[in-house]
Amino acid sequence: MAVTSVIREPLVTGGKTIKDVSHDISRQVEGKPTKLWWMAMAISLALLGLGAYACAMLLWHGIGVWGLNKTVGWAWDITNFVWWVGIGHAGTLISAILLLFRQRWRMSINRAAEAMTIFAVICAASFPGFHMGRLWLGFYWALPLPNTFGSLWVNFNSPLLWDVFAISTYFTVSLVFWYMGLIPDFAVIRDRAVVQGNKIRANVYNALSFGWQGGAKTWMRYESVALILAGLSTPLVLSVHTIVSMDFATSVIPGWHTTIFPPYFVAGAIFSGFAMVLTLLIVTRKVFKLEDYITIYHIELMNIVIIITGSIVGIAYITELFISWYSRVPYEGYAFYNRVVGPYAWAYWAMMTCNVISPQLFWIKKIRTSIVATFVLSIIVNIGMWFERFVIIVTSLHRDYIPSSWTMFYPTWYDVGQYVFTFGIFFTAFFLFAKFFPVINMAEVKSIIKSTSEKK
Amino acid sequence: MDADKHFVVGIFNDEDVLLDGIRKVRSSGVKIQEVYSPFPVHGIDEALGYKKSRLPIAAFMFGMTGTSLALLMQIWMLGYDWPMIIGGKNFASLPPFIPVTFELTVLLSALGMVGTFMIVSDMKPYKWPRQFDIRSTDDMHVMAIDLAANGGKSKDELKRLLSDSGAVEVNEKSFE
Repeated sequence: MAVTSVIREPLVTGGKTIKDVSHDISRQVEGKPTKLWWMAMAISLALLGLGAYACAMLLWHGIGVWGLNKTVGWAWDITNFVWWVGIGHAGTLISAILLLFRQRWRMSINRAAEAMTIFAVICAASFPGFHMGRLWLGFYWALPLPNTFGSLWVNFNSPLLWDVFAISTYFTVSLVFWYMGLIPDFAVIRDRAVVQGNKIRANVYNALSFGWQGGAKTWMRYESVALILAGLSTPLVLSVHTIVSMDFATSVIPGWHTTIFPPYFVAGAIFSGFAMVLTLLIVTRKVFKLEDYITIYHIELMNIVIIITGSIVGIAYITELFISWYSRVPYEGYAFYNRVVGPYAWAYWAMMTCNVISPQLFWIKKIRTSIVATFVLSIIVNIGMWFERFVIIVTSLHRDYIPSSWTMFYPTWYDVGQYVFTFGIFFTAFFLFAKFFPVINMAEVKSIIKSTSEKK
Repeated sequence: MDADKHFVVGIFNDEDVLLDGIRKVRSSGVKIQEVYSPFPVHGIDEALGYKKSRLPIAAFMFGMTGTSLALLMQIWMLGYDWPMIIGGKNFASLPPFIPVTFELTVLLSALGMVGTFMIVSDMKPYKWPRQFDIRSTDDMHVMAIDLAANGGKSKDELKRLLSDSGAVEVNEKSFE
């Protein structure tokens, strides 16, 4: 007898059995890469190559070749940094916070979302790295290591240093969390390789799975580890973007010096992260034929998260405007007046349209269950979120206290090249992951199969 | 007969049947070596009579180590080793030290707990597991019973018990 809940739609469609799950997900790891994959990989590698050239030139000439000037000392570098870190947040939200809330729909999307988190954080970290000018000396300047400056330690009062600890902890813990999830699935591929008689693959995936066997005792410990990691990751993910926002909020620049920043940045991070997850998963489900695992229902739920976080971000924008008037501080007031009608008004209104107005379309069920509409809107949201950071950073700086030093920021080829470089890293890593690692958490999906299909 | 070498292996294809089976096998006085599953089965630890994992305690201890080390490091570096005047504030004041302390607490707690898990579960990249049935990572639950540990019962008795408990297949497995 098929038992399906009357309230909730099934999470896996197509009447899949447990065996089908192993087969459908392992298949793309075992098979030869498709033409489509090679094409995607070629484009990613081309971006990576182009970007690597730009970065090499950047290191050679020094960061003076960026479009920065005396007034605008921070622009694309930090914009891109915050943008990528924000994108990473969705992965942890899906795997940790939704685990604590027992949201089962996370199960078929958490693997890819966590992978995205890890790659996005790598991309983000490259910006402060390059900004130090001498990447290879970065460890000495960023970490409290004994050094030859008379052991002059790093400044623990600085939010930029908190960032170093927050981002590196976030990266490490996300990586461990993701890898823990992968271990049982690597064992599935290993055992299939044993059956198929592929010795090399069996050995490689056995090493990757740390000799996983799946005993009841190990599973019990494993679940306890997963729960605690989720409990640790939840405050961690909130702390990371809070600390990123403090890079700005603890300064005294009008437009940055606001207490609303931490929650506003966290909401924005989840907003942009979900948009990126949607962009990637809509492509992945198509390429690997995973429509039964990543269903329209999953897409709809993610779109609902986008409406909520998009609306929080919208309220934050309006609150900022209101407070800048209500505070009666002329500098604060001017910073926001300049944002809305100044020379960067086009960026401000691009941000408003993409982040506040466009996600409201998801209130309409037809739009939030449409793949094409979701795909387009997810890209629009990420463009909007890039503009949000650009607006916050550049418009607050370019007209400072002395009108004689007012100026504009124009990116150079090196600014663009380094941004392209991070896209190269991100997509190359993601496509490698999608080919060689199981893109869906098989063990977790298997555990929910029964309630949605045949029940004895 | 040598211990830990010769086994009777029951294959189950449904987790609810498996849980009933475990209870039945255990109530007849047979000791189960271990049950291998492709996914975590709810309630299997109680059915098998396993005690709760103490990993949360390990996580807490590692976390506290992180908190103390982070605070000691920051207070020593900025308060004693090289005091610096930053914004006219105290050399070692607690509020700005909170973020780094929090991050190191989480980092040590997570790494320490996962490391402990790897060690207690004997997981190593170069180790091949002893597989009672290759399907235990695919779609079958595999119950292994050590013959030597149940000397009182004959092989055939154990096999009959397993099929009566709902196993769809009963095999023998020996390791060198």
